[in-house]
Amino acid sequence: MKEELKKRIIKGPDGFEFEVDPIRDYYCEARPAVEPPAYMKIVEDLFNWARAESLWILGFGTGCGAIEMRPLMTPRFDAYRFGVQWRPTPRQANLFIISGYLSVKTLKRAIRSYEQMQNPKYVIGLGSCTINGGMYWDSYNTVKRLDDYLPVDLYIAGCMPRPEALLAGFEELKRIIRAGEGEGANRYAENFDWYKANQKRVIHDWDMPDYNW
Amino acid sequence: MQKLYAKLNKLFPLGELTCQRENLAFVTVSREHLRSVLLHLRDLEGFRHLVLLTAVDWIEEGAFQLTYLLSDRTEGRDIGLRVMLSREDAAMETIHDIWPTAATYQRELREMFGIDFPDSPGVNEEFVLEGWVDIPPNRRDFDTKKFAEENFGQRPGRETRDPANHMKEQLYPDGA
Repeated sequence: MKEELKKRIIKGPDGFEFEVDPIRDYYCEARPAVEPPAYMKIVEDLFNWARAESLWILGFGTGCGAIEMRPLMTPRFDAYRFGVQWRPTPRQANLFIISGYLSVKTLKRAIRSYEQMQNPKYVIGLGSCTINGGMYWDSYNTVKRLDDYLPVDLYIAGCMPRPEALLAGFEELKRIIRAGEGEGANRYAENFDWYKANQKRVIHDWDMPDYNW
Repeated sequence: MQKLYAKLNKLFPLGELTCQRENLAFVTVSREHLRSVLLHLRDLEGFRHLVLLTAVDWIEEGAFQLTYLLSDRTEGRDIGLRVMLSREDAAMETIHDIWPTAATYQRELREMFGIDFPDSPGVNEEFVLEGWVDIPPNRRDFDTKKFAEENFGQRPGRETRDPANHMKEQLYPDGA
């Protein structure tokens, strides 16, 4: 565990000594909770329609697939006309695109970023690497299937998929959300222990809280 | 390069010379002379730039080969110095005081090959891998496929076919 996460005694400016346990004091210990649907189906449908029209992507490129997002956010393909935009922080985003191969080191950051995003949130696996490891199928340091670690709503196959494939993927994700099937965050909360067990099986130096938001 | 080799050979006992090109050659140097050869090349022959420091795992010979590639910008020539190390408890003297960039290479070699460089700054810190538990992954006795199969969940359904056999079965199903 990292030095700054260890329990320690700190002396305040007034000379008073107190104990700090960063994992307990700086993070909330509560587990993620399942968010129930709205009180009427027609209201939930309205919400889902609204959600589908506002896909804000977390600008976190995990692998080479991130290069396909640059033409998408510029005038050539202009994804903004579909209600899709990129945001710099997890707090402002609701769509996490895992763009390509995911190394164990990056998986750690991806989990933290995913957990910090606000509900409802969606995950797209982009490229063959997220589906079955792709060309990194025998690599010692990349995960082979993304849905063991994060709840994936949609995969876009290809190595690399073209920006057009991503646009088609966004349309498909919108259809999934409008149909009320974009329940990744709830799946994550329901199967939290299963996801955590999988994550801890590959991340050998687990030095973060189990759930951080 | 032959001229440089002859000149160096008078000062240090050198090993085999391999001339790849007019302006690129590799010389085998013994471990104890490496430091003085590097300093001589840097200060007197104009090889001021350390291009890279890398390793090769000669598992059959039980040795690691370190390659120090130096570049002389003004003359436009490169020289690689090969040093053979024993594979058991592999360790080498650090050269970070000659070229500070070497510290990064040495840190990488420590992690990927398990070659120790005592006194090199930060050499025992994690470089690329975090929480690595197995033997260093660039060693040739590390089985990356086996490690991946044991460590990561695999999606079922991946199968590979020999293209020649597959097409034969497709085109001639009755084995003609």
